[in-house]
Amino acid sequence: MVEPILQISNLVKNFGALRATDGVTLDLRPGEIHALIGPNGAGKSTLIHQICGTLRQDSGSIRFAGQDVGGLSVAERARLGLGRTFQVSSIAPEFSALRNVMLAAQAKEGSSFRFFKPVMRDQGLIDKAMAMLERVGLTERARIPAAELSHGERRQLEIAMALALQSKAFLLDEPMAGMGPEGSKALTRFLDTLRQEAPILLVEHDMDAVFALADRISVLVYGRVIATGTVDEIRRDPTVRSAYLGDHG
Amino acid sequence: MILTRENLINLILAAALLAIPLIANAAGQPFYITLATRVAILALAATGLNLALGVGGLVSFGHAAFFGIGGYVAGILASHSFSGEPVLFGLSGTNQMWIIWLVAMALAGVVGLAIGAISLRTSGVYFIMITLAFAQMVYYFAVSWPAYGGEDGLSILVRNQFPGVMTMVPMNFFLICYVILLVGIALFAVIRASRFGAALQAARQNEVRVATVGIQPYRIRLTGFVLSAMITGLAGALFADLNRFVSPSMLSWHMSGELIVLIILGGTGRLFGPLAGAALYVAFEYALGGITERWQFFLGLILLLVVLFARGGLVGLLAGKAKHG
Amino acid sequence: MTIALALEQLLNGIQLGVMLFLMAAGLTLIFGVMGLINLAHGSLYMVGAFACAAVAAWTGSFWIGLVASLVAAAAAGAIVELAVIRRLYDRDHLDQVLATFALILMFSEGTRWLFGSFPLYLDIPPLLQGAVALPGGTEYPVYRLAIIAAGALVAFGLYMLISRTRLGMRIRAGESDREMIGALGVDIRTLYTVVFALGAALAGFAGAMVGAIQSVQVGMGEPVLILAFVVIVIGGIGSIKGALLGALLVGVTDTMGRFLLPKLMVLFVPPAQAGAIGGAVASMLIYIVMAIILAVKPRGLFPPAHA
Repeated sequence: MVEPILQISNLVKNFGALRATDGVTLDLRPGEIHALIGPNGAGKSTLIHQICGTLRQDSGSIRFAGQDVGGLSVAERARLGLGRTFQVSSIAPEFSALRNVMLAAQAKEGSSFRFFKPVMRDQGLIDKAMAMLERVGLTERARIPAAELSHGERRQLEIAMALALQSKAFLLDEPMAGMGPEGSKALTRFLDTLRQEAPILLVEHDMDAVFALADRISVLVYGRVIATGTVDEIRRDPTVRSAYLGDHG
Repeated sequence: MILTRENLINLILAAALLAIPLIANAAGQPFYITLATRVAILALAATGLNLALGVGGLVSFGHAAFFGIGGYVAGILASHSFSGEPVLFGLSGTNQMWIIWLVAMALAGVVGLAIGAISLRTSGVYFIMITLAFAQMVYYFAVSWPAYGGEDGLSILVRNQFPGVMTMVPMNFFLICYVILLVGIALFAVIRASRFGAALQAARQNEVRVATVGIQPYRIRLTGFVLSAMITGLAGALFADLNRFVSPSMLSWHMSGELIVLIILGGTGRLFGPLAGAALYVAFEYALGGITERWQFFLGLILLLVVLFARGGLVGLLAGKAKHG
Repeated sequence: MTIALALEQLLNGIQLGVMLFLMAAGLTLIFGVMGLINLAHGSLYMVGAFACAAVAAWTGSFWIGLVASLVAAAAAGAIVELAVIRRLYDRDHLDQVLATFALILMFSEGTRWLFGSFPLYLDIPPLLQGAVALPGGTEYPVYRLAIIAAGALVAFGLYMLISRTRLGMRIRAGESDREMIGALGVDIRTLYTVVFALGAALAGFAGAMVGAIQSVQVGMGEPVLILAFVVIVIGGIGSIKGALLGALLVGVTDTMGRFLLPKLMVLFVPPAQAGAIGGAVASMLIYIVMAIILAVKPRGLFPPAHA
């Protein structure tokens, strides 16, 4: 079996008496879209924070791209190839979309300590960034300040940045949130092609998108993974149906 | 260079700062040359702070520490050069300005590294207060150290020297400071436009996003902070030479506040904001000071009104919102 | 160095700590509830001192002066809150720093305008004059003991206010979630004015009390303000408990440091320089302690629970 790009083993995180992450084990394999679903309060955000590095786990291990990343900072994990988007899009609001992606491109090159060449005359960097914007369909909006982009456009911008990082894995936190039906369909199609680029750990509530995209689904309830399997397996699993899906399966 | 409204204003400011002392010189009014030199030096000090505060969003309430360190370097090296005694480890003093400048920048940078390394682990109000506290530490140290004047300050008997220039002539010293100011502003512009500048600005706007693309915000900020300290330190050395006196008040928190005021008056983050602010401030001090001894009351009032109602400062008022591209 | 001398210095340290607590409690309340950093707090301290001195000189009674200081400081606080501070709650910290810095300038010059540049004098009231014998043989001023007692009373009173009254409940709620209590119908605007005025009164009270043992002059509040900032940074912004602990720590460390360090320095450097070096290190000591604490706990000893 191919080694998973992301391997989480027995991850535990407590907040005082609350066990937010209760011995979670899951992995992300090359080429797959692995969806993580679960009711509100299940601990999905906490889990994402630990994978990315904003929260430190209490015990358990996180291996990414063959390394133990449990002790690394957010930036260090990003440099190893962990690309992430946020539930509420996190962008540099005063910069244009182009400058946002250029930032990611410059980070990829590891060249943030250059003091003399003006970045806006750096055609190489600009071209790299424009190429990413084109892939997500934001070419027309490249020079618009990111604060003025629509909700969906900011999503696209975040993905463009993750692309510019040539991420080895994508961690997408509820990308469909706040998108209308048109936007969701377009994004679903896009994510389908994205999987060829790098595997995706997709945290989502939108079941249509999940069932359309996921190769595997893990169900998180009260900090534990109660089931992992293919779309059909999960739909038919009785524990999952009672805990989460209800009549939707 | 595109002639935007802001660039035009910048040109006018730079030209005016040169014109005023030239006119004063011709009219035999050296006092105004000194005033203009003061503006140039304060503008340089504020440009340094602007890199940390305007570009990086780091509200340092302790930049007076660097300003004062620069001043004391100038004073101490000059006094040792005069007395002939070695300063440290057998190294002798000097009265050569350019050496003093390098030492001032180096020392300010080192202290900036130490202060920044600790302070940047905090953020928000904590950062403001811890930078204030560290500057106070430097202040009390300087005031308690008896060898260099303590509370009374340190005199520089003869203005330091610069090869080929008679530095005692006010116009000459002004020109030195003016050129250094322009170099400082140019350096600020270059740094801001570079990849480093992009990372620093991004860290101000959204530190999470910067980390998420793989850049450590701490390292970027620390570097920006140190560069900022060095520029302000250089200004301090020039200030000491201007007044031929190093006053501990250069290290006071009022000075730190003043530096921030200069930036706000002129326009935070703007290239020529510090110069506009310094010019306004010195003009107030002089004009209002002539009218009433209570001028600081009105300065406070004007500052309050600017903060409440005119947030972009003078440059903002004249040139409109900044473009970020 | 005798035990008696050390005890005297320790009491001085506690007295300083108690004064710092009054300043810091107001500062930390204002920050905790309103999210506002207020540099003008030192000016309110000064207003209290001047009001007390002026009224005491006019009426001949320290006690009336003390009441006047509370009233004047609270009133000044309320006016400033209504006129200026209100507009700053939504602003970033830089704007708050600058605006309150501007207020310092206005208060200082304004006071100089009203009272001139010379210090005012405030006499210790007859009731509190004299000294008590301490174990070990020295005597300690009654007035300073009274300050310590007053401070302890205020600390207790604040504790009761915050934990037992409705106002205290609103304050605590405001500290945890500003937007929520507005939504719940609490009159935020009035609450904020009350909190600000309360903080101002505490500062004014401290200023008045200290005015009798130090001179009442423009700018007297500034060194105290900076120390108060150190206190709340050490204690944790928003925590009254932290303010008390931090204030006592700072007060005692500073006082004992100035007392002991020059003596300690004799072990390391020639006696001629020990005094100066010891003094220099002593004045930096508080900041060194603060830096060490922040290195380990970047948000102070009792940081707020939420972000």
